[in-house]
Amino acid sequence: MLRRARTQVRRGWRRSIALWRRSLKLRVVTTTTASSLLAILLLGNVLVTQVRDGLLDDRRQASLAEASTGLRTAQEAFDSADRSEPGVFDTLVPDLVRQLARGGGSEGTKDVVLLQGPDINSPEAPLGRSSSGADITALDTLRPQVQARSAQLWTYAAVQRDSGRRVPVIVVGAPVQIPGIGAYELYYIFPLDKEQDTLGLVRRALLVGALALVVLLGGIAWLVTRQVVTPVRMAARIAERLSAGRLEERMRVRGEDDLARLAASFNRMATSLQRQIRQLEDLSRVQRRFVSDVSHELRTPLTTVRMAADVLHEARAGFDPSVERSAEILQAQLDRFESLLADLLEISRYDAGAALLEAEPTDIASVARHVVEAMEPLADRRGSVLALVSPPEGAVAEVDPRRIERVLRNLVVNAIEHGEGRPVTVLVAADDGAVAVAVRDRGVGLAASDVTMVFNRFWRADPARARTTGGTGLGLSIAMEDAHLHGGWLQAWGEPGDGCQFRLTLPRRQGTELDGSPIPLEPADSARRRRPVVRAGAPYQRVASTEDVGA
Amino acid sequence: MKGRVLIVDDDTALAEMLGIVLRGEGYEPTLCADGDQALPMFREHKPDLVLLDLMLPGTDGIDVCRAIRAESGVPIVMLTAKTDTIDVVVGLESGADDYVVKPFKPKELVARIRARLRRSEEPAPELLEIGDLVIDVAGHSVRRDGAPIALTPLEFDLLVALARKPWQVFTREVLLEQVWGYRHAADTRLVNVHVQRLRSKVERDPERPEVVVTVRGVGYKAGPA
Repeated sequence: MLRRARTQVRRGWRRSIALWRRSLKLRVVTTTTASSLLAILLLGNVLVTQVRDGLLDDRRQASLAEASTGLRTAQEAFDSADRSEPGVFDTLVPDLVRQLARGGGSEGTKDVVLLQGPDINSPEAPLGRSSSGADITALDTLRPQVQARSAQLWTYAAVQRDSGRRVPVIVVGAPVQIPGIGAYELYYIFPLDKEQDTLGLVRRALLVGALALVVLLGGIAWLVTRQVVTPVRMAARIAERLSAGRLEERMRVRGEDDLARLAASFNRMATSLQRQIRQLEDLSRVQRRFVSDVSHELRTPLTTVRMAADVLHEARAGFDPSVERSAEILQAQLDRFESLLADLLEISRYDAGAALLEAEPTDIASVARHVVEAMEPLADRRGSVLALVSPPEGAVAEVDPRRIERVLRNLVVNAIEHGEGRPVTVLVAADDGAVAVAVRDRGVGLAASDVTMVFNRFWRADPARARTTGGTGLGLSIAMEDAHLHGGWLQAWGEPGDGCQFRLTLPRRQGTELDGSPIPLEPADSARRRRPVVRAGAPYQRVASTEDVGA
Repeated sequence: MKGRVLIVDDDTALAEMLGIVLRGEGYEPTLCADGDQALPMFREHKPDLVLLDLMLPGTDGIDVCRAIRAESGVPIVMLTAKTDTIDVVVGLESGADDYVVKPFKPKELVARIRARLRRSEEPAPELLEIGDLVIDVAGHSVRRDGAPIALTPLEFDLLVALARKPWQVFTREVLLEQVWGYRHAADTRLVNVHVQRLRSKVERDPERPEVVVTVRGVGYKAGPA
């Protein structure tokens, strides 16, 4: 459960990272929003501090002024009181406190407190008074200082209201003398709840404004990025189309800004690329055309020569032995010339992209059987045993039977030719998606470096070695083209001294992608695989043992 | 003499060689090196078969083929250097019965010519019915409701082959062997093109054939009589 949650979180994280890396828009909008949020927070803080300080300064000055006036009023009242009258202060003090609390210029309620100083011990001394039962605890910090310094002092504090709410206040205190009795202290407590409300309002307004601004900035960033990103994305899309071969694609150029310049130079690049590619294409088309034309042009004279040679060949019995032999050689070499020309034409058709696939459901096993039967005489002459291993239910695939037969014929002839008289095995196998034919010989083999070279046109393993059966040197190249035309693979495996295996793999249905072959590329009876070393999880699967049948 | 053959080819060496080979086989060849001269010479010599090179100066080989076909059902064998589908099909559609691709072996050519001239042997009198057609094999005529339909010898052979075994479905390969005389697999487009040509002449509605019926995936058979 926990693990699942963790993997989900991790997956989500990875996805967001991927999105972050992929989307320029997201990055720009996020960084813009984050940085503007930070800036606005800092600025808002400064603003709030300033407003608060301003509000408090005003209030403090007013408070101090009022307190001073009140102090003077109290002192004058005490000084001018008729001390001869007993208990005069007992009535004067409450009146005075009430009068002070009501009067003064500042609005709102304030509390006035008159307290006995620490040195008062006369029994006649009037008691301390406070207007409207103010919370005296607010005076706790200021009182000792007022007593110690005998001067007007002030401080910020907080008082508990009846509602339970704590309200910030300014407390101003000063000593006042009651003649004949001693030092009293007069305190003013000015509540700051109005200022607090104002500050709260400002703060809230700022917060809402900041939020709106951040959202707005995010939106603006999104819009601006979109203006930039949309053409960039369009450029990317067009570039992809260009690379997919649609060379006539161009960007739309609008206006004269940087993006228009980008589009214009992008288009210039595309045009120049297109021109160069066209030139190359033309060149290669001319070249292919030339090969094709030459081959065509050669055909008519070749036909004439062929017929002339045939007439000579038919009549060779009446010639001198040397002339007779010449007629035979002429005939044989004309055959070779003809197959070379046919192969050249075939390959030029592929080069021109004119090869058409006429696919129909075909049993590859029976095509292989035909080929093996047709090649038996050649194998006999070479002393090779030809063996065919194929699934009894056949191996049907959508292919062009003519081309596949040609490929197999080619592979089998090659195997016999290079098989040094040892057995040649043709193995047919099929799975759900593919049909494969492997042709295995046990001749001189191929060096690993030559395995890909064998499909090159006119390639020879050993340039010094003469061709014996008169292959054209184009057979495997054509076979490769045939395999590609089917969407299939033609691959070679070889080991010096251990023979070769050529494997043709074809998709069962045209248009489907191959993802594997039912036959391993390296034959099961290769010298390396016969060694009793089994790698765990080897990527091969033995489909059929060629050893039992082939040898 | 086995038959007169008109060789229309601008390559004089090839034409001459063709002449030598055909004469050696017992035919009586006439050479024509110019496409424009082909039709007058055809009218003059009345050959039993025409060998026609598709690539000719002057009149195109295709045009010559059409011109000859317009006035005669004589067998025409094309010589072509191109095996590309479109060229062969265009040649066959302009009326050629068969084609040989250069470079060919002389024996191959002679086999093709022989197959096209084989019909000169006298057939036994025979009446066949296919669809609403009546075929007189010996008289070499096809009639619908008494009205004759003109067919080339090849089209006639194709129709007769189908009509002789109305219960049988013929694959293209079998028809190639019976009608064209090919021993091994050849170009099945020959059959397709000629079936289309035959249908255009014998069917009431070539879009919905009733005489030569297609059996999907197999081949052709004669429609019910």
